[in-house]
Amino acid sequence: MTLALVLAATLAVACVVAVALPFLQEPEPESDDLVELDEAEMRRLELFEARDRALAALKELEFDHRTGTVSDEDYREQVGPLRREAAAALQALGEVGEGSPIDGRN
Amino acid sequence: MPELGRAALLVTLGLSLYALVAGAYAAYHGRRRLARSAQNALVASFVSTAVAALVLLSALLRNDFSFAYVARTTSVALPTPYTISAFWGGQEGSLLLWLLILTGFGAAAVSLNRRWARDLIVWVVPVFAAVATFFSFLVVAVASPFVTQPAPPDGAGMTPSLQNPYMLAHPPLLYLGYVGLTVPFAFAMGALLSGRLDERWLIATRRWTLFAWAALGVGQLLGSHWAYVEVGWGGYYAWDPVENAALMPWLAATAFLHSVMIQEKRGMLKIWNVLLVILAFSLALFGTFLTRSGVVNSIHSFTESSIGPWFLGFIALTVAVSLVVVLRRVPLLRSPTKLESPISREAAFLYNNLLLLALCLAILWGVVYPMLSEAVRGESVVLGRSYYDFFLRAFGLPLLLLMGIGPLIAWRRASLRSLATTFRWPTIVALATGALLLWRGAGSSVPGLVAYTFSAFVITTIVMEFARGTRARKALGATSWFGAFTSLIGRNRRRYGGYVVHAAVVLFAIGVAGSSAFDSVAEAKLVRGESMHIGNYTLVYRSLSEHAGANATEIRATLGVRRGDHDLGTLQAGKNAYTIEQQVSNEVGIRSDKLTGEDLFVIAEQIDPNGTVYFRVFVKPLVNLIWLAGLVFLLGSVITLWPDRREQRRLVARASAVGLPATR
Repeated sequence: MTLALVLAATLAVACVVAVALPFLQEPEPESDDLVELDEAEMRRLELFEARDRALAALKELEFDHRTGTVSDEDYREQVGPLRREAAAALQALGEVGEGSPIDGRN
Repeated sequence: MPELGRAALLVTLGLSLYALVAGAYAAYHGRRRLARSAQNALVASFVSTAVAALVLLSALLRNDFSFAYVARTTSVALPTPYTISAFWGGQEGSLLLWLLILTGFGAAAVSLNRRWARDLIVWVVPVFAAVATFFSFLVVAVASPFVTQPAPPDGAGMTPSLQNPYMLAHPPLLYLGYVGLTVPFAFAMGALLSGRLDERWLIATRRWTLFAWAALGVGQLLGSHWAYVEVGWGGYYAWDPVENAALMPWLAATAFLHSVMIQEKRGMLKIWNVLLVILAFSLALFGTFLTRSGVVNSIHSFTESSIGPWFLGFIALTVAVSLVVVLRRVPLLRSPTKLESPISREAAFLYNNLLLLALCLAILWGVVYPMLSEAVRGESVVLGRSYYDFFLRAFGLPLLLLMGIGPLIAWRRASLRSLATTFRWPTIVALATGALLLWRGAGSSVPGLVAYTFSAFVITTIVMEFARGTRARKALGATSWFGAFTSLIGRNRRRYGGYVVHAAVVLFAIGVAGSSAFDSVAEAKLVRGESMHIGNYTLVYRSLSEHAGANATEIRATLGVRRGDHDLGTLQAGKNAYTIEQQVSNEVGIRSDKLTGEDLFVIAEQIDPNGTVYFRVFVKPLVNLIWLAGLVFLLGSVITLWPDRREQRRLVARASAVGLPATR
């Protein structure tokens, strides 16, 4: 019983310390504000996603065409709009400032 | 040490409540340290729950019958593995397991995604905490596993049907699945609450959803095999409400895993996807409620309890709050793109979604109908097997066909001429298979014949996809055919892992069609030396034996088995009489043919004192393909789940580029 109570008290204290840790580590921080994306950053995130989506779709279309799942006719019809989509996203990113280079894609 | 267990759960409740309130406040008012504190509380709640779990496990292993739970679910004679499985064999223990997995998943999901979805995680924490608060409240106040009593000399033991190796894995896997669906739900809610409805919540939850879905799938198959070998009625799925309870969230999650690809590739179906996530999570809660409340009559419902109203209240609250949040965010969820053609891969996925959802809702109606009829008419009306079989055929067979059609259609739109080319070989193979089977006499079951024909179509498309893809990778510079094959899968894990899962579904469909549409049954009461016939098999009843096992008296009838002129050895079937539990179980005899996948399945229904035995015997063609499908399903799931470092690097870099530095 006593051992159980000691262990329980230790657990409770350890948990309280873990919860209080951010305040113990930074008692008086320069800023306590959360990192929030502003509208421009959200717009850039959307453009990155649009760019990646278009590039991934192009890559998949190329591969499906190579395997024969997509016919020449369907490929010709789809590749143009997809390239334009990717180019538009890249151009828009260039206009808003792309930030640090992204990509591990190949 | 029940006091330590109780205290640890109380700490979990306090931490969860703190993470909920402080996390919500921090997210709403943008308080960084408070948000981190709430995240720490969620992680700490896992530690305190783990302490409580260790206390219970220790009590089980020590046979400490001063714990009422231990006394109710185990006995001294119970073998150790089953003593461990008693952790989830009763209501209080299984709720504790729910909480342990939930807080573990919450801590892991928050920690893993903190780097690149920081602004989203802030809102995810209170959602997780809300669910954890509910479950910790249940184990603290309603169904505590740490209730004590004067210790009796021995426990009541475990239900005999649960004393099976499958019970070591089947319930925990289902729980991993049920609880795993909390992750996509928490992230979807977090995204909706924060208004951050970009792709990050989808990417953060993709593998969690896949994991939960795979665990539910494998868990159900293990449960089916348990029913097959242990329950002893001659089948593996009875459309039991508790079986259905696991199937419904799996179907909803399957629909989500397909429709989420449309959102990722085309930016469409955003509202649909969040609704599917809410549905899957609510059905997971509903499944736990069905299993644990004792509200339905099922061989899987082992308890009558008072948690039902709490669960119903929580499910209602979850659905109501979720729908309000979705409604408030509808403007942000509108899709900029539209379906371009009804003949496209996204359209095929959409049809697949509608069929999956229709099947899910039909099953849901079948599950709730007895409860509703009892509430309205005062009489519980159970919808039987024919109801479920009808919808399985009506929705399942088109679903099977769509699995073959989808991969062959291009995204956006496909021309009819293109379709004629790509569908040529699968169609020829399917029709030839159908004709051959018809000629061989498989026309006795039209749904079975259709299932085989569609299966041939799908398998052909899968083989073609792998062959064409490997050839393309070889042409792109792979040094060998094997290298081309592995690089094909390695570079497109989701796509080709998905095809492996499709192959598993085809094997499953063939197994189900074979064993249910083309099976045969024979019954006979035999005295020693007499024989019976079924199909090509001849069974001779040779002897009856009895011996004392670890915790049961085992009675076995031995039968000699012949197929045609070939002696196949002997088979044993009988019963176990459990002394402490005062129950008797059927112990079936199964002879599997590895080559054909067929089972000879023997039940000793009744054993008379004079040695006469009433046997029921089944021949189940292709049934072993169902279990093989489980292995293939697992392989496909692992391929799909395998981490993609390139994607992870890209996500971190993308987050960093828009102002969410990984180090901050």
